[in-house]
Amino acid sequence: MITAAASMSALGLGLGLLLGAAARKFHVETPPIVDELEALLPGTNCGQCGFAGCRGAAEAVAEGTAPVTLCPPGGRDVALQLAEVTGSDCGCGAAGGADLSGMAEAEPMIAFIFEDHCTGCTKCFKRCPTDAIVGAAKQIHTVIWDACIGCDACVEVCPTEAILLRRKPRTLQGWYWEKPAQPFATRGTEAVS
Amino acid sequence: MIRFSLSGLKPSTLFRVRGGVHPETRKFLSAGSAIEAMALPALIRVPLQQHIGAPAEPLVKQGDLVLKGQLIGRARGPVSANLHAPTSGKVIAVGHFPAPHPSGLPVPTITLRPDGEDRWGPRLPRLRPEDAAPEEIAARVAEAGIVGMGGATFPAAVKLNLRGKYPLHTLILNAAECEPYLTCDDRLLREHAEEVADGAGIMARALGVARIIVVVESNKPEAASAMRRHNLGMGYPIEVKVVPTQYPMGSEKHMVKAVTGQETPARALTAELGIVVHNAATAHAVHLAVRYGEPLISRVVTVSGRGIARPANVRALIGTPVADLIAHCGGLSGEPEKLLLGGPMMGQPIANLRVPIVKGTNGVLALSPSETHRSAAMPCIRCGSCVQACPCGLTPFELNARIQADDLEGAAEVGLLDCVSCGCCSFICPSNIALVQGFNFAKGRLAEKQARKHQQEETKRLAAARSAREEALAEAKRAAMAKRKAEMAAKKAREAAEAAAQPDGEVVK
Repeated sequence: MITAAASMSALGLGLGLLLGAAARKFHVETPPIVDELEALLPGTNCGQCGFAGCRGAAEAVAEGTAPVTLCPPGGRDVALQLAEVTGSDCGCGAAGGADLSGMAEAEPMIAFIFEDHCTGCTKCFKRCPTDAIVGAAKQIHTVIWDACIGCDACVEVCPTEAILLRRKPRTLQGWYWEKPAQPFATRGTEAVS
Repeated sequence: MIRFSLSGLKPSTLFRVRGGVHPETRKFLSAGSAIEAMALPALIRVPLQQHIGAPAEPLVKQGDLVLKGQLIGRARGPVSANLHAPTSGKVIAVGHFPAPHPSGLPVPTITLRPDGEDRWGPRLPRLRPEDAAPEEIAARVAEAGIVGMGGATFPAAVKLNLRGKYPLHTLILNAAECEPYLTCDDRLLREHAEEVADGAGIMARALGVARIIVVVESNKPEAASAMRRHNLGMGYPIEVKVVPTQYPMGSEKHMVKAVTGQETPARALTAELGIVVHNAATAHAVHLAVRYGEPLISRVVTVSGRGIARPANVRALIGTPVADLIAHCGGLSGEPEKLLLGGPMMGQPIANLRVPIVKGTNGVLALSPSETHRSAAMPCIRCGSCVQACPCGLTPFELNARIQADDLEGAAEVGLLDCVSCGCCSFICPSNIALVQGFNFAKGRLAEKQARKHQQEETKRLAAARSAREEALAEAKRAAMAKRKAEMAAKKAREAAEAAAQPDGEVVK
């Protein structure tokens, strides 16, 4: 009885030690959150962040070498989501180095082509990551607003500086009333939270 | 059947609608004045989007001469509406003009200078609804560009085509007109009850229903008795139900509750209960379109408020500038505190008098300072008045607190999306808190977020498609290169073989 118990516990102890040693020896990096981060990014590989595509940006964020606020087209929402995944303290504190105050006002931008200056070189047309530019050789190019993400790629390549980024014009469909100011609202919010 | 016919007589068969408010109706200002015609305005502006759905596609260009009733804008997609020239004249611009909307944002608009002759173009062929198939009637309604004229402006033909999707049994004609001041449907029923009844009958045929109920609020007895005199539309018996005067009785779902006792599920259509609700003015427009082939080019508008010198009900062409309508009614008396399109509860304030009236404009109101209750907001005292008044069973003070704390998702969780923006909460609030205004903001904000998310997904798809295409191109290029290389190698080998076979001097090389 005693021998059986002793041998079993010895076996257990030995195997346990073996397992522990193996875990330490063959340790691999924890499954990277890169995939998760990449899914949150716009996925258009526009290159505005300075990394090679959204995959590169996701890797940089996962390593902590880039702030969560790196993605201009994604804006505040994407930054918040990235911060949630990486666990960096964003918006309110400085812990994660992510300060969202600058991003709060970011409005969606779209490219605008001055038709007078367009020579039809098709450079922007070839560069656009979302195929939002319509054109052909020696034809005036134009931008499809709904597909444009305001990534700046076309602005850089235009040889005649005919492209500008502009704030996306408000349309009737997207219009809504301003938030009504309520001088006593703070009391009410305390009660909720 | 017997139960139905009796139920019209007994007031107890009406069902109670919870909540609601009783604002001073002030309908006496214009209820006594018959519908008048007005002179042709100097300019007519027809916005391409007067309805819910996609904007129409313009069919005319600058300089074109158009005749009255001519198609000038074609519906784009299934949820859209045709537009017709309200009078004959010349198209002087197809461009942008401020919308009849609080934002005043420019919208695509066709501007017409009437030639004064008001000459009809060829009308649509007359249709005998008694013989026409239901689809034909619906197609005609779509052709005539008819939209819901109570203010929601949903294309009427889409609603007439619900027959196949839901088992329908009842058509409710909404003539409740619960908004204060407005009297256009009241006057339409008093003066054109026969046409409205006929239009209702035509719609009943298109929908394949046998039961028609006209719902009128108790403060319009003349309209109710006029409808009772014409209680047959195309052979279908028409019931008239008088419901208590209570805002927002004219809301589709609340009306169905009041008349049938059935409650429509949240964010569902009344058609799921087998009931379709149309506005009385829509029925009149359907009558004109089917019997006479006249498209929707005019509507009755109530011009009222103490800021108007002579309040009246006017049959105005679609696209008439608000300023012309007010001038027809004697102009403004003093500086109005507020200018509204629609009723005072849900109407939209406008800043510019040059904007046109559209298919969904049922009123133009100029309110003097004595009629608006503008006072500073006070803290919420948790009295619960808004909860009692909310006809949708929501808790407006809680919604408001969450919205003020920027917790829009939280507000949506407690029912923000079930709010119909009727404004009862803001009306009843003793602290003058801008409740419904906040809900409108929050709903707009949430919709924008949704749209942005959708756009992001779509652009992601575009980018993926692009990279796939580029990869395919590169692959094809590589394949072509490889093929070429192989061909070259084969050619070389062949040449070498040939050279080996020929024992000429060339081989030395």
